[in-house]
Amino acid sequence: MSTATRDGLDRPVPGDRQAVGRPIQQIEAAEKLSGSAQYIADLYRPGMLYGAIVQSTHAHARIRGYDLSDALALAGVRAIVTGDDLDEHHRMGAFIKDEPGFAKGKVRYVGEIVAGVAADTEEIARAAARLVKVDYEVLSPVLDPADALGSDAARVHERAESYEKVFDSGTAGNVCSRTAFRQGEPDGAWADCDIVVEGEYQTQAQAHLSIEPCGALAEVDAAGRVTLWSANQSVFRVQASVCESLGLPMTKLRCVTPRIGAGFGNKMEAHVQPLVVLLALKARRPVKLILSREEDFETVRARHPFRIRMKTGARKDGTLVARETELLLDGGAYGDDSPGVLGYALLMNCGPYRIPNVHAHGQVVYTNKMRFGAMRGFGVPQVTFASEQQLDEIARRLDMDPLALRRRNMLSPGDPWFGYQEVRSNGLAQCVDIVERESGMAARRTRGCHDDERPGRRRGFGVALTAHISGLLSSGAIVRMLEDGSVLLNTGAVDIGQGSNTVLTQICAESLKLPVERVAIASPDTDGSPYNWGTTASRVTYVTGRSVAKAAAEVERKLKEHASEMLECGIDDLELLPGGKVAIKGVGQRSVSFAAISGRAHWAAGGPIIGTDSWVFDQKTFDPKRCTTLGLPFPQIGIFSFGALVTEVEIDDATGRVRVLGAWSACDLGYAINPAMARGQVEGAFVQGMGYALTEELVWDGGRLANPTLMDYKIPTVAELPATLRAYLVESEEPSGPFGAKSVGELGINGVAAAIANAIADATGVRLHRLPMTPERVLDGLLADSAGAGH
Amino acid sequence: MNLPSSTAEATILTLRINGEQVQVRAGLRDTLLTVLRDQLQLTAAKRGCNQGVCGACTIEIDGRPARACLTLARACEGADVRTLEGMSDSPAMKALQDAFASHQAFQCGFCTPGMLVSARSLLEGNPAPDEAAIRVAMSGNLCRCTGYVSIIAAVDAAASTLGDHGASS
Repeated sequence: MSTATRDGLDRPVPGDRQAVGRPIQQIEAAEKLSGSAQYIADLYRPGMLYGAIVQSTHAHARIRGYDLSDALALAGVRAIVTGDDLDEHHRMGAFIKDEPGFAKGKVRYVGEIVAGVAADTEEIARAAARLVKVDYEVLSPVLDPADALGSDAARVHERAESYEKVFDSGTAGNVCSRTAFRQGEPDGAWADCDIVVEGEYQTQAQAHLSIEPCGALAEVDAAGRVTLWSANQSVFRVQASVCESLGLPMTKLRCVTPRIGAGFGNKMEAHVQPLVVLLALKARRPVKLILSREEDFETVRARHPFRIRMKTGARKDGTLVARETELLLDGGAYGDDSPGVLGYALLMNCGPYRIPNVHAHGQVVYTNKMRFGAMRGFGVPQVTFASEQQLDEIARRLDMDPLALRRRNMLSPGDPWFGYQEVRSNGLAQCVDIVERESGMAARRTRGCHDDERPGRRRGFGVALTAHISGLLSSGAIVRMLEDGSVLLNTGAVDIGQGSNTVLTQICAESLKLPVERVAIASPDTDGSPYNWGTTASRVTYVTGRSVAKAAAEVERKLKEHASEMLECGIDDLELLPGGKVAIKGVGQRSVSFAAISGRAHWAAGGPIIGTDSWVFDQKTFDPKRCTTLGLPFPQIGIFSFGALVTEVEIDDATGRVRVLGAWSACDLGYAINPAMARGQVEGAFVQGMGYALTEELVWDGGRLANPTLMDYKIPTVAELPATLRAYLVESEEPSGPFGAKSVGELGINGVAAAIANAIADATGVRLHRLPMTPERVLDGLLADSAGAGH
Repeated sequence: MNLPSSTAEATILTLRINGEQVQVRAGLRDTLLTVLRDQLQLTAAKRGCNQGVCGACTIEIDGRPARACLTLARACEGADVRTLEGMSDSPAMKALQDAFASHQAFQCGFCTPGMLVSARSLLEGNPAPDEAAIRVAMSGNLCRCTGYVSIIAAVDAAASTLGDHGASS
């Protein structure tokens, strides 16, 4: 296995590859750059009405009834739906079926959707929504996850135990789910440790903040069938959620997609789609509803706040021996993807290191806050914030270099993951070498001071090593050869802006040696596309890409069957030539074009050429002979990508403000199908992680979100971008991936908060256990440190 | 009964959009963004926050970049409004679009129309901006996908392209 390491854009392409390995432009470039790309808010249908939502004003209350008279009297109002239009037996949920299409019987958070209005204009719909009166019986809310576990806490769901679940969740009271993993001898191993570090850490709720707010448009056709466009990450998850929550047969709902203005996890599960479908069915007219930014903040979902207790033991030589991790996740009002986030965070709690004795366990609890769910990193940024800081503390106490400690313990090629799943490709060592060299960290440490350091400012370097899966669940692909020898690819995978349409097109084109211009990609459509679980879990390049390559291989086989008859030779004597030809090996002039073959197939022999593939990821996560598991939400999760990150920060002693000066992020992605797009993922993930580390925090005032606006919730702008942000792509050639590829969508965010925390500690000696690391918290740390030094 | 006030008070306005006189119906509170999108189906300008922060609705009014979401439609009578759709003949916009494509300076594309309009305004006023000037000019446009590195590179490349053409002509 050979590995090549280069910065994204500068890598040569192997000579026999024409379509993959190149930084070709996104295939939607022209439409997106001319402003003609159509996102959900840009769709208009004849006779279309505009929708608006009514939101709960209470964190926890029983709904006694609704008074719609004033709202219905407003001219231009065409339909209003409330919980009375829902059946209490119909509930949705990825892991636990605990959620109605919108509030039914009870409200469980401030901002929850309780009703919807369809009217002639958006302004009328919003005016009518303000006139809907809901009669509430206010209940005592559960706002803190620790309080939720108390015996006297109110119940967020009275009948949580009876809900349908897809795994052994252990749901009881306000415990939504619990999970535990053990390997080795986690109770006895502490006696073998020379040093033990232990700490508690808190992470905050982060908003996804796609610049496009969520929305949907539903239209009922003459036969009574509904077509639903929406901002989504999976047309199939939308179909399942809407049909489960409304009790519709799947045959009655077709889900399609416009262009998507990014997701980061926010658009994977349902938001307004069930409400909008119900409005369209009631109004018998198309209804479009687009959330305002404030509504999007309040009603959709956010990254889980974690409370983490972590303990790590090592020998004097730095060898890691034992780890215990205990997590408490605020799940908010509904299960959503929470059980998955808990299970995955526990699976990843050790990071990419060999720790023989591990006990990782935790709970998700229901509270009266918005749903917390999938967000880029899926629990890994949180556990990494704790884990990588503990490794630095061990290094400091053993007087070891932080990178030396990591190199001693990190997974080498051939080492399994925690749980003993085999890891086939591992480029971590190269990632570490690159970021060490490129950041100049080692050289500047040796000199004992930083260049350009100014009075009142302190600089430091921090490192974090991470990993992420590519994988999960099922995918398919259909590759159809059209009459003229060009190809239509259909996968059902929604491109949320990251470029999967382009990458999958490249994989298909390469497999058939066609120029990418001769491959069109169909827009996902539950009527015509093969099932695709979704654009999530860093899975599309790897999981869907594999299906594309296999479906294309079937087309190649059928092309060769035709060609062997047309050229009167054996199938094994044939090869594909670039540009759409099948030729006798080594005799390029004896060839037939794809167009000639496809014409023959369509009109004379064999029928249209179609290649298909479908599969489900099936590698087991845990070896039951060596580990015990309780409440495992994903028995088969994915393969592993690796990353290393170094950051350099400068702290202002007077204000506590942290500026990131530089970041060097190396990611092992197997093989870069499109190096420029891969680099874009790594850069974008770093900046989103920098916001998570330093400024972004959803804050509640009682049950009410206090900062649901872009004025008060601060994401990084170009002004905060470090002077240096470099992405490096390491290619370790994953044997099971398409052309050796793994995925890279989430990997780059996982280590950011940890690396910045380690850099702050390197500069100041202050260890921060709470995110975000605001100037106030940094200053508090500095002051406590100097007060401590005075004693 | 009580219609929302601005719908009730809607009047016909004549606006000059992308060089053409158009008649629209707008109430006192209707923003230029709503009129552009819902009446004229000029949807390049996006509603990301409706509060003037994200910059996705950036358009030009009398040659200066402005937030369509913070501009009342009625305030635009007599003004020259230009949206991304009306800038296709601008050499600076063409250079920017080419550079954004080749540098992959967008992913989802939702913020991109606003980014392009802001960048064109920069280049019209400063044909050879350094990185600091690019950062200042683009700091009012939020992007959650790219991490901005490729956007800075694309604006810089577009400026170079325009400079080369200017020098040779």
